[in-house]
Amino acid sequence: MTEEHAEHILSYGKLTTVWVALLVLTAATIMVTRVELGVWKVWAALAIASVKSGLVIAFFMHMKYEPRLFRIILFVALFTLAGFIGGTFFDVLYR
Amino acid sequence: MSHETAMAEGGFWRDTGRTGIGAWIFSTDHKRIGLMYLYCVSGFFLVGAFLGLLIRLELMAPGPTIMTAQTYNAVFTVHGVVMIFLFIIPGIPASFGNLVLPIQLGARDVAFPRVNLFSWWLYAIGAVIVLTSLFTGGGAPDTGWTFYVPFSARTTTNVSLAVFGVFVLGFSSILTGINFITTIHRMRAPGMTWTRIPLFTWSLYATAWVQVLATPIIAITLLLVVTERILGLGLFDPTRGGDPVMFQHMFWIYSHPAVYIMILPGMGVISDIIPVFSRKPIFGYKMIAFSSLAIAAAGSAVWGHHMYTSGMSDMGVLIFSFLTFIVAIPSAIKVFNWVSTMYKGSISLEAPMLFALSFILLFSIGGLSGLILGAAATDIHVHDTHFVVGHFHYVMFGGTGFAFFAAAHYWLPKYFGRRYREKPAIVGWVLMFIGFNILYFTMQVLGMEGMPRRYYDYLPEFARLNFVATVGSWIMLAGVAIVVWNLWRGLLKGEPFTGNPWGGASLEWSIATPPPTENFEEDPVVTHGPYDFKGAGVP
Repeated sequence: MTEEHAEHILSYGKLTTVWVALLVLTAATIMVTRVELGVWKVWAALAIASVKSGLVIAFFMHMKYEPRLFRIILFVALFTLAGFIGGTFFDVLYR
Repeated sequence: MSHETAMAEGGFWRDTGRTGIGAWIFSTDHKRIGLMYLYCVSGFFLVGAFLGLLIRLELMAPGPTIMTAQTYNAVFTVHGVVMIFLFIIPGIPASFGNLVLPIQLGARDVAFPRVNLFSWWLYAIGAVIVLTSLFTGGGAPDTGWTFYVPFSARTTTNVSLAVFGVFVLGFSSILTGINFITTIHRMRAPGMTWTRIPLFTWSLYATAWVQVLATPIIAITLLLVVTERILGLGLFDPTRGGDPVMFQHMFWIYSHPAVYIMILPGMGVISDIIPVFSRKPIFGYKMIAFSSLAIAAAGSAVWGHHMYTSGMSDMGVLIFSFLTFIVAIPSAIKVFNWVSTMYKGSISLEAPMLFALSFILLFSIGGLSGLILGAAATDIHVHDTHFVVGHFHYVMFGGTGFAFFAAAHYWLPKYFGRRYREKPAIVGWVLMFIGFNILYFTMQVLGMEGMPRRYYDYLPEFARLNFVATVGSWIMLAGVAIVVWNLWRGLLKGEPFTGNPWGGASLEWSIATPPPTENFEEDPVVTHGPYDFKGAGVP
């Protein structure tokens, strides 16, 4: 409960690598819009966005190095948000 | 653990570097912040109750009685806004939560004392903004406390400022929630395992999660209403591609879980009071603790039951109606466990226990009438009638309101070092209980007969019961006046209150009265559960 964990400081190299990965994924988002994917276009954009936010959460927000409790708390928040958004689809999809 | 019960030299009341009002509004002591919240929410409760009295006076007879229709619209809106956002949401968690939670955990303060003070300041600023909105611009909002579009986007009354005030109040609520979650995880005394946390604090834990996760959604929704009014974006306007039902989704995604922010701490109060006044350990400790989390989780998935007649899809109605019934399970777990705790107990009917007992009855009536509203088929008939108003007041006032008074009678003598007189407390409680049922049960009957809510005028056949309900409001408010006067007088001038006269086994009863500034003279080591009266050495 009260255990302390050491400060984890990320190297500039690692931060830069993540940043470059985010730029590449941003470029990928733009390129995907030019490919004819039909209804999958939205899913492709959402998938890339999920990977990007995963990278930000893991490295820029340090979640990869935090205790499990914090990861659970983050998951609860994301799950709740997904539930809130998902719940409205019981209405909008079937109107 | 220490069993120090000697009267401290004024405790936290005297032990401060500052003097005057600065010793309060700049204090980071959780007890002072809790009392500041208590004074504010109690003041707003009285304002809200007065407005409620005006509503009942207007409805006492058909046609215009004491005010115009526009004033009536403003009065019921402001009654709702003040009672919901300024009294009942911060009511128990911010006031009694701040007073009691750190001590129940064996901590010297909350995890972030300055954030705690900032949270109070946000509450005070939000309250001032809301009150300012009543007297400036186009006058007091007339939308009802739900601020439904499209009306709230078009009305010329001062909706923008009022919802901005509520937006600020939301941040106060979020910060209190974060503070409590962190305090419960990080600040527990040695030996205070998760299954030794008192159930009041458990309920605040579940509440805090709802505060943190749901409140941002109302903040965004209300900002969207402001942008709609100022910029005319058309987000909720169907003629411009918007969706008014989406507002209702977003509003209730917060506001339904918010009713659990309101009721869960009340349930926690009852879970702490019943075993003490039954002289028996709580029945089903783990299930009560778990059911608080279950209510918080399930309660976050049922918002659509406010929208059965709004034009939501039939699939949505079906799913939300089904999910709503799930909430009844953990609620019933609590009620059965409270009753089982009392079974064969040595029950002592003092003021806190009387309020707690009436909570169980009134909450059960409110909860059961909630099933009628949760089932889509029956809800269609009583939607937007006085049945809903009656149901809501049974759970919110009969539930949280009575729990608030139970908590006040149970804990405040500990903090003031003085006690109220028992007889007026009981007389007040009797009047409140009788007046309450005359007022709100009559409303439920009126609703069944088809009387709509929020209407200024009504058909002659509703006149008799409306008159009865108004008389009920007088009886109830007479009771409230006696209870408040008795508490006020007793806590300031009453007999000294020392030691542990109720015989509680949780940590707050093991320290001096009033509590010292840092609560514990030496860090406590917890060796028994919160309802282990033998372990605590309570006779």
